[in-house]
Amino acid sequence: MSSTAANVAAPAAELAPASKDSRPLRLITCGSVDDGKSTLIGRLLWDTKAVKEDQAAALNRDSSGKQNDLGLPDFALLLDGLQAEREQGITIDVAYRYFSTDKRSFIVADTPGHEQYTRNMATGASTADLAVLLVDARAGILEQTRRHATIATLMGIRQFVLAVNKIDLMDYSQARFDEIAAEFREIALSLGVKQITAIPVSALKGENVVYDGKASMPWYKGPTLVEVLELATVRSAQTVGFRLPVQRVSRPGESFRGYQGTVAGGSVKPGDSVVILPSGMVANVKQIVTFDLVRNAAVAGDAITLVLDRQVDVSRGDLIASIDAQPQAGRAFDAQIVALQAEGIQPGKRYWLKSGARRQRVQVQPASQLDLKTGKWEAHKEAFAMNAIGKVHLNFDEQAIFDPYELNRHTGAFILIDPDTNNTVAGGMIQGKRAGVSGLHSGDERVILSLPADLADQLLASEALAERRDEVDIRRTNPGRAAELLSGLDD
Amino acid sequence: MHISEFDLHTQDKPNKPPLDPHLKALENEAIHIFREAAGEFERPVMLYSIGKDSSVLLHVARKAFYPGRIPFPLLHVNTGWKFPEMIEFRDEMVRRFDLDLVSHTNPRGPAENITPFTHGSALYTDIMKTEALRQALDAGQYDVAFGGARRDEEASRAKERIYSFRTPDHRWDPRNQRPELWNVYNGMIRKGESVRAFPLSNWTEVDIWRYIQAENIPLTPLYYAKKRKFVERDGMLIWAEDPRFEALPGEQIQEDYIRFRTLGCWPLTGAIKSHATTLDEVIAELEIATVSERQGRAIDKDQAGSMEKKKREGYF
Repeated sequence: MSSTAANVAAPAAELAPASKDSRPLRLITCGSVDDGKSTLIGRLLWDTKAVKEDQAAALNRDSSGKQNDLGLPDFALLLDGLQAEREQGITIDVAYRYFSTDKRSFIVADTPGHEQYTRNMATGASTADLAVLLVDARAGILEQTRRHATIATLMGIRQFVLAVNKIDLMDYSQARFDEIAAEFREIALSLGVKQITAIPVSALKGENVVYDGKASMPWYKGPTLVEVLELATVRSAQTVGFRLPVQRVSRPGESFRGYQGTVAGGSVKPGDSVVILPSGMVANVKQIVTFDLVRNAAVAGDAITLVLDRQVDVSRGDLIASIDAQPQAGRAFDAQIVALQAEGIQPGKRYWLKSGARRQRVQVQPASQLDLKTGKWEAHKEAFAMNAIGKVHLNFDEQAIFDPYELNRHTGAFILIDPDTNNTVAGGMIQGKRAGVSGLHSGDERVILSLPADLADQLLASEALAERRDEVDIRRTNPGRAAELLSGLDD
Repeated sequence: MHISEFDLHTQDKPNKPPLDPHLKALENEAIHIFREAAGEFERPVMLYSIGKDSSVLLHVARKAFYPGRIPFPLLHVNTGWKFPEMIEFRDEMVRRFDLDLVSHTNPRGPAENITPFTHGSALYTDIMKTEALRQALDAGQYDVAFGGARRDEEASRAKERIYSFRTPDHRWDPRNQRPELWNVYNGMIRKGESVRAFPLSNWTEVDIWRYIQAENIPLTPLYYAKKRKFVERDGMLIWAEDPRFEALPGEQIQEDYIRFRTLGCWPLTGAIKSHATTLDEVIAELEIATVSERQGRAIDKDQAGSMEKKKREGYF
């Protein structure tokens, strides 16, 4: 099956080179079927030669030759792998796609775009370094675009590509493209994302995806989608403190005791002082053992076996950390979560929390919920429904160890498991440790106000207070009793 | 076993350049998954099918648990219709790397004389592979089984989780998979339930071959071209040297240089004509290949969604 598309330039990946000089880029594509998402991904796979002939033939067999007017197969069939989905004609889950150019390999988390699939988008975004947001040039920025950008940002993605698709149906209008790009830039900046590339694209015709669209859009001087992806940065946690969540203790013989895990932050070398958490014991690194060689350093991402210079008690689930840059330890943390299951998240219920190789009991208290339409957090103490994004307080039975997700995407991330069903019911991101009732932000100081009831009601309705409502204690009483209590404090 | 520091430094390793960052990232991820599941579950086992993906899986497992040995057995589901070179190679690996091997054949095979010729590929696969696997997993009471499946292999695998949950009767429900975020895996199960763990989920066929090359991983000679006897059957080149082979009316036994891109039961595995006798030549062929590797698999072709159906029933 040869492509009769407008672009019949030399194939991009005829011969892959012997080695790739960068790690694979993980990306997520956000958009709905109507935006042409399947066509865009299909186009990426097709033009990078990731689709083989027999797979293409199977497409034709399944769709009885259903093709678009360019003689290409119906890409949606290539992507919607599960028969259950094909019968329903919708994508219901996260699928992973693979393609590569001569510069780099790519792992695409392909997720459905509808609102009820926030959970799938969160899942796909959890491992992604970059988000491709797709809009239809005719429709422009939609509420869903803002929603996708918000979820991607929340999950820690800091690089956006806006693919303005179906630009051919707007006569390749530069004015239309500029208008959409400017509107998107505002949304992204309001979310704190500065790395934004907007590209006018026709996925159907293959313009500015893998091959350039100069012939139709001489006014566009920027990169193609693939060029942006080739140059995007892969997030690494190398600049923060050393972290090794211990997965296993290796004791093949009496004289060897090694702690096996993947470096989740920073770097380590023999001689470094480390602390074992939660016990707090201290030791020095003696050796970094791998199958290939005894190494003189390891960095974030490396799967290693660490040998310490003294006998300390270390077991699966412990965290070995740099002594100079330790994570937060405590029994109460603030976090943001995404509710993933129909049963939602119940206030006060005790769940299992798994982070790294550690699993512990936690009680979850909802505090506020994100309104994806407005981007605002609103006080919310009740159960979270599926797909809700909320802020919660986590209360642990035992000491818990985390970094804020902002600083470390591994030691700041967790899942919640329902002990009744064993299902994964939420994904979560640590914001920080809570210092008892005094709250995260205010240290150990408290202020007691006594004020007229109507003024108190105004204050309670304010955004600043609503956000941290659970940190505020309120008692209604009469003026006499209030004066008495306050003077009692001064004694 | 006694391992001293001295042993660690003097392991007999050929001098090889470090892996490129791409393969290193894939290897790190696979090691992480191996260690996590081995640390979390009580009775792990590794499904070993002798092919190239299994060879990579075995190599990564050795790395993951080094300097210890692999802390679980390898399980080979032997249909009795494997290429003889596969069994020789398997036994050599077991000797060389000091592995624990469990080999299981469904007793119904010999008892009821079930063959790919008499029962058709679908029923034969169901009994000799899927049912046999279930029997072996039940017998070993394994709670996690590592497999070498990759998401790029086949459409229904694209949505497979790294920890794939199975019911007590080994069924997979694609509509009801546990969400999987970051590299935090949920290994909580009830008695009788199990998980299939796939450390190579994010590898592509090209990655597998490049890793084999970079790490100098031994493979069975079936992957390399050699003059072999075969017939053309349903568009596939079927190996014709086994004593049990019977040519169908009209079939001509030919002899030419052929090799295999994937390995399974010889009556169901299609060869390709090739002169690639070295790894470099195999990779060179692969990189210009326009046909996916599963093209040589008869079992995928029964109908659209064929693999998904098998997986639901417990096939890995």
